[in-house]
Amino acid sequence: MKITYREAVRQALRDALTRDPRVFLMGEDIGRYGGSYAVTKGFLEEFGPERIRDTPLSELAFVGCGVGAALGGMRPIVEVMTVNFSLLALDQIMNNAALLRHMSGGQFSVPLVIRMATGAGRQLAAQHSHSLEGWYAHIPGIKIIAPATIEDARGMLAPALADPDPVLIFEHVLLYNMEGELTVPEAEADIAHARVRREGADVTLITYGGTLWKTLEAAEALAEDGISAEVIDLRVLRPLDDATFLESVRKTRRAVVVDEGWRSGSLAAEVSARIMEQAFYDLDAPVARVCSEEVPIPYARHLEEAALPQVPKIVAMVKALRPNK
Amino acid sequence: MSDLPVPYERDYALTLVRHMLRIRRFEEKCAELYGQQKIRGFLHLYIGEEAVAAGAIPALKSDDALVCTYREHGHALVRGIEMTALMAEMYGKREGCSRGRGGSMHIYDARTRFYGGNAIVGGGLPMTVGLALADHLRGTRRVTAGFFGEGAMAEGVFHESMNLAALWKLPVLFCCENNLYAMGTRLDRSESQTDLTVKAASFGVPTRKVDGMDVVAVHEAAKEAVAYVRERQSPLFVEFQTYRFRAHSMFDPDLYRDKGEVEQWKQHGPLHTFTDRLKAQGLMTEDDFQRLDGEVNAEVAAAVAYAEQGGWEPIEDLTRDVYTPS
Repeated sequence: MKITYREAVRQALRDALTRDPRVFLMGEDIGRYGGSYAVTKGFLEEFGPERIRDTPLSELAFVGCGVGAALGGMRPIVEVMTVNFSLLALDQIMNNAALLRHMSGGQFSVPLVIRMATGAGRQLAAQHSHSLEGWYAHIPGIKIIAPATIEDARGMLAPALADPDPVLIFEHVLLYNMEGELTVPEAEADIAHARVRREGADVTLITYGGTLWKTLEAAEALAEDGISAEVIDLRVLRPLDDATFLESVRKTRRAVVVDEGWRSGSLAAEVSARIMEQAFYDLDAPVARVCSEEVPIPYARHLEEAALPQVPKIVAMVKALRPNK
Repeated sequence: MSDLPVPYERDYALTLVRHMLRIRRFEEKCAELYGQQKIRGFLHLYIGEEAVAAGAIPALKSDDALVCTYREHGHALVRGIEMTALMAEMYGKREGCSRGRGGSMHIYDARTRFYGGNAIVGGGLPMTVGLALADHLRGTRRVTAGFFGEGAMAEGVFHESMNLAALWKLPVLFCCENNLYAMGTRLDRSESQTDLTVKAASFGVPTRKVDGMDVVAVHEAAKEAVAYVRERQSPLFVEFQTYRFRAHSMFDPDLYRDKGEVEQWKQHGPLHTFTDRLKAQGLMTEDDFQRLDGEVNAEVAAAVAYAEQGGWEPIEDLTRDVYTPS
């Protein structure tokens, strides 16, 4: 049966609420409004206002409140409407959620899940088009996951909730309406490994989240030109699963990292550095990157498209590595 | 200084003296050890403000929770964190309550539900609200007390946290320790409204204003406040008016306030005013005080010896406790 990514997230949340009385949701307009991406529609009626908590526009307080509730024995799932607003909560994410366990000498773990939408592509202009998951992946003490498929949207929440440490889930805005088969509905995906989404021999394309689909499209286009691209979906941005992409790169000897974040200091930079550090002598070409241009994401459609990684850019970058030589 | 009779039995009164003395002597020793570079980093002393922690914290039950600030040695001691583990933490030793990871500003203790120690002004407030939310959802009748300075009331997070606690009717006791200076900035230079209870009352939260130099006033107010929060299951705000006798931190040359002002506040010092009252009432003699002081000094000496003998966390364990072991 085909379902949307939105429905997959929704099923995962409903499951969590049903299975564990400690789980509750908290966020802006998740209740009466039904969620700004309609993920939690109907939950208020189903689970009641104690477990589906509409918050004031107070990202800093309700994210920090999630930290406290997690310390107090609950399993909060905090929805920050988008990554753009998460900047208002950065102090609580960084200074409390991420650091508490270490600062307390291991006395306090923070089993908190924070979900947020990320990414550009809807002409929402500069302040509403950020991809900051790479920033968050910089911080020790939290885990960062980016489900890109229907199955991961359905499956990664349960292990995130079972994890004793804070997990941030980044859901790309363009994925909510995506439809796909949920073949193994009860499968619980892990939050530890990258996955090979397409096998290939000539070049490894490493990506995650919203750009997975552009990258798979690019791989398809490359196949028509006789270039066999392997596509790796990182899935987990912290801690990175080096082994999976290194194994692929050692096989194909070429790598392109595709990342919707800005190039400077990006997650793509980190992946690239790890390949250089660990597989330099297996490479036949320098690691290449396709990232967002270093501009605030513009409103006008043609400018926004030009600012983001796109299929032709990925194809061109791969060809520049001359993978058939 | 209050000259009202102290309404406690002798033993109970002496316990309050002991709490304040333990803070005073512990911190005096810390300042000395800082000079010897045994303690490093930031060190914020509570000296002068002892009556607040000593009076307020015993009003809490053992399963209530506390969230404090970077000036939290006193709270930790009154709450029952061993002085040995606290001093070892000041040294950065592995026997410290945070295994040397936290230092002065990050004292934690799971056993006594002591959730820090927070070095970002106001940073503990949302956590305070969250701990109370957990209790609310679990149907327990515990109270979470959040201590913060008046400086935190200029932060947006104070307003957001008060609003959330009031909106959701959560059992939070907001304890503002108003020592008049946010580092070096006096209250009237940083707040348009200097009556802090007026700010708090705007959230529909009941407020109290208490002489934070008088341990009896603090203790009586705290008992009433904790009972209110527990019974009503809704927040309450208390302003404890107090004063720090030492500089903000060991790096602070203390140039922003008048020496005369400091001297004047010292006249109202929480320790000697209380012991004077007890002596006047015949509840305590100078001998009693000397005996207590001797015991406390011995405890401090033992804590120093414990810290001195403590070990360093091995470098191999550097990355321990970044994540929970699976």
